[in-house]
Amino acid sequence: MRENAMSDTIVPGRWARFRDSYLLYSFKRDLVAQVSLVLFAMLIFAAVFAPWLAPANPYDLAQIDIMASELPPFWIDGADPQYLMGTDAQGRDLLSTILYGLRVSLIIGFGAVLMQAAIGVSFGLMAGYLGGRVDAFLMRLADIQLSFSTLMVAIIVGALVKAIFGGATFSEYAVPLLVLIIGLAEWPQYARTVRASVLAERSKEYVDAARVMGLKSRRIMFRHILPNTLSPIFVISTVQVANAIISEAALSFLGLGMPETHPSLGSLIKSGFDYIQSGSWWITLIPGAVLVILVLVINLLGDWLRDVLNPRLYKG
Amino acid sequence: MIAFLIKRLFHAFLVMFVISVISFAIQDNLGDPIQQMVGQSVPESERAELREELGLNDPFFVQYLRFAKNAAQFDFGYSYIFNEPTTQVIMRHLPATLELVAATTFLIVLLSVPIGVYSAIKPRAWLSRAFMGVSIVGISIPVFLTAIVLIQLFAIGVDFTPFPADTAWGAWLNDLLSTDGGMPAYGRGNPVHVFGTWDTNFSSLEGLTYLVLPAISLASIMLPLFIRLIRAEMLEVLQSEYVKFARAKGISLRRIYFVHALKNTMLPVITVGGVQIGTLVAYTILTETVFQWPGMGLMFLDAIERSDIPLIVTYLMIVGLIFVITNTLVDLIYGLVNPTVKLTGKPA
Amino acid sequence: MALLEVNNLDVRFALRGGDVRALRDVCFSLDRGERLGIVGESGAGKSVAAFSLLNLIAKPGYIAGGSITFDGEELSGMKDRGLRRIRGNRISMIFQDPMMTLNPVLSIGEQMVECLKAHRRISTREARAISLHKLNQVQIPSPETRLDQYPHELSGGMRQRVIIAIALLLDPDIIIADEPTTALDVTIQAEIMDLLLELCEKHNVGLVLITHDLGVVSQVTQRMLVMYAGRVIEQGPTREIINDPQHPYTQGLINALPQMATPGSRLNQIPGSMPSLSNLPSGCAFHPRCGFVNDANGEPRKACLDKVPGFVDSGNCRVACHMVAELVNQQQRDSREEIL
Repeated sequence: MRENAMSDTIVPGRWARFRDSYLLYSFKRDLVAQVSLVLFAMLIFAAVFAPWLAPANPYDLAQIDIMASELPPFWIDGADPQYLMGTDAQGRDLLSTILYGLRVSLIIGFGAVLMQAAIGVSFGLMAGYLGGRVDAFLMRLADIQLSFSTLMVAIIVGALVKAIFGGATFSEYAVPLLVLIIGLAEWPQYARTVRASVLAERSKEYVDAARVMGLKSRRIMFRHILPNTLSPIFVISTVQVANAIISEAALSFLGLGMPETHPSLGSLIKSGFDYIQSGSWWITLIPGAVLVILVLVINLLGDWLRDVLNPRLYKG
Repeated sequence: MIAFLIKRLFHAFLVMFVISVISFAIQDNLGDPIQQMVGQSVPESERAELREELGLNDPFFVQYLRFAKNAAQFDFGYSYIFNEPTTQVIMRHLPATLELVAATTFLIVLLSVPIGVYSAIKPRAWLSRAFMGVSIVGISIPVFLTAIVLIQLFAIGVDFTPFPADTAWGAWLNDLLSTDGGMPAYGRGNPVHVFGTWDTNFSSLEGLTYLVLPAISLASIMLPLFIRLIRAEMLEVLQSEYVKFARAKGISLRRIYFVHALKNTMLPVITVGGVQIGTLVAYTILTETVFQWPGMGLMFLDAIERSDIPLIVTYLMIVGLIFVITNTLVDLIYGLVNPTVKLTGKPA
Repeated sequence: MALLEVNNLDVRFALRGGDVRALRDVCFSLDRGERLGIVGESGAGKSVAAFSLLNLIAKPGYIAGGSITFDGEELSGMKDRGLRRIRGNRISMIFQDPMMTLNPVLSIGEQMVECLKAHRRISTREARAISLHKLNQVQIPSPETRLDQYPHELSGGMRQRVIIAIALLLDPDIIIADEPTTALDVTIQAEIMDLLLELCEKHNVGLVLITHDLGVVSQVTQRMLVMYAGRVIEQGPTREIINDPQHPYTQGLINALPQMATPGSRLNQIPGSMPSLSNLPSGCAFHPRCGFVNDANGEPRKACLDKVPGFVDSGNCRVACHMVAELVNQQQRDSREEIL
């Protein structure tokens, strides 16, 4: 009855609520956040529509002209206008490889974050809600993993996965494997954040009320507690996407990631690095610049979100 | 104190146990010592015999105990690539990494505290804003990319001549924007032998020049983290009641900042510093790869590429041991600095 | 001339939507050895008043006008360096929550010695001796061992004793105590308050006591101010105000005391709640909650709605209320007529 009465009163729609929110207000006042969002949107757009935007298909061997290798970008003498950003050592159009590489990097970045969120959120909920031994075990595991640092774990797991599957198979299934590797390496961040907010939420009265009403603990966790932990999850997700993209780039740079035939931004940087001594800096530094811009705008948006939503994040 | 140590040692032991089980599982599943010992030509029957002789058919648990016993004596077998005991290989590569880490730590400690404290004391000053801006950019650049850019700028050099070179101002601007290069960027040069397997880059100016670019690269990723952390903690501490009370007591600002606030700021920084040691080791792998710095990271990557399982396992165990020792030390330091930790249990 | 004189103190907080006025036209004075109580609900500006005396209000707060004269010296607008001579030395403070007031990583001794050394050129040994003496005065058991202990090793009541000892270290002229017992267990509140009162009397130290506890004010102080929404609305001798409050708000406060309610009946309360400082009602800030806003004809008094009331003298007290002003005028007229 009461609920009916509530819904009869005028509840502003989602859009109206968003329009009046503090989130939008502070966004309108923050130039850095606006520029970051625009750049981020452009990068996403470029990645999604890479097959249509790219002048050439870098995966198509027939389109590659080995004679046109190591051509500089357009503003340097000796450039070929056909290749706006120049070409790499194998004669692939650099702009096209960057667009496709951006796509791969973003797919792995978001995929890995989904993976780690799935693992981390469920472990965090379990640890926070069930407590006791489960909590002690999971958090000890998270502690050990974090003391090794997520990148270190990713490198070790990556090395092992590569050793188990062998180089050729690894290259073939590189995208899902990298998502798995980075997901396994980074789940503790989510688990600790979620656990911390579950512990905070759990002590509140509405959870007691739900339990008194006889709701099952799983229902309490997912229907009642989880929605209240969303804001910190949202904030760390932005940082984690940036981290995952950097991790992928690092793994690829070490030869534990995407193969050069199907490059991400990281493997583009790696393959270009060999030619930096011969003066062809653009093969490595232009993809590098794109990577930095991508990570930077995500970090700036994350910083802004953290300032606005200001959840109490787990330190460390 | 004793109780604290025992507790910490137990924890350290537990972590080492987990690492050793993982390492052993890797060795057991991926390494085939027979292959390494006898090569392809030996018939299967002989292999089986050897396998039995070496105890490779024993249950997992028995084999693990044997592995652990050897590991306790730092005996992890022979490296495939180097054909010598893996511990010897590690000992040869360890000093290079330790020197790089030492130089980096020096940079971080030297710069992070003053910059972090300054930008917390004067959060609105343009210099603080500049530091914070640079540090978020620093966090966003992967360490290997910083390394590459540094090589391009200071080892190879950049000729940037957008201004007319025949005018005095143009030549000056061009000169300002271009870099000479010439900094050493590959390997360690000719380090001076100290003793055992330890060669040092610290003893001569020439040796130090080899350290400059790798150490700056490695610091570039860690420094912003610490600056941001110190600033955030310090800002929080400066809001506290006890800082306000210290002001009401008429204490000088300098004493408030550097005695009252800094000491409280450093407590969480010490903890996070302990956790970041792991990150530092991971980044040494990347830095050493770019600069061909002959340390453990480069060696580890080599071992992965050539599937040198014993060397990989030894690396994991040794790095694990280093983590455990440093983390225990960090906890101990934390307990000594923080009076609310009784060194017998948890913080009050 | 009184030891401390505050005139028309005006404190503002510079916020994004413009300045918020936290204190307006605050005037009071304190003689040597006198004890003054400042009472009001939370948010009335009591603490801001206390902290602004030594210019310790946190940013974005600032003193926008008025004067604070201490022993002939003007404190408002004084540089930090000059104020530092006075803070902790001639005017010291006691904070609300002893659990948060002491620095957790410095020993009690360090926190006492540093205060002495900041104001006097003495050796650490002498400073420790003085500290020990003061710890004795606040009746801390085994004070020698306390000097080398850290705050977390002491209970809340002990810590507040230490803080009182620190406040007394340099034999100040005035102690400003901001709700010194609110955060303590009820059982030791009286103990701490008695100690503070006793030490102030013994050493002839002036006390500015900020509290919302009218009982404490009536026991400890000689004069009091009542604050509402950043203004002083009534001030005078404590006994007179408690026995015969003039301002409707003060009357409400006193009526709300549990001992004023008859057994079995509900406690009296003032309807409504204090307005936010950024959005004050027009005229008298109390008028929306005031039971006397209507005049004899049952119509709301126009002055209450439009005009901020000034002070009128009523007996030994000064009250800022239009209704009281009317009564006082009436009485004056009556008495004049009688004389005639």
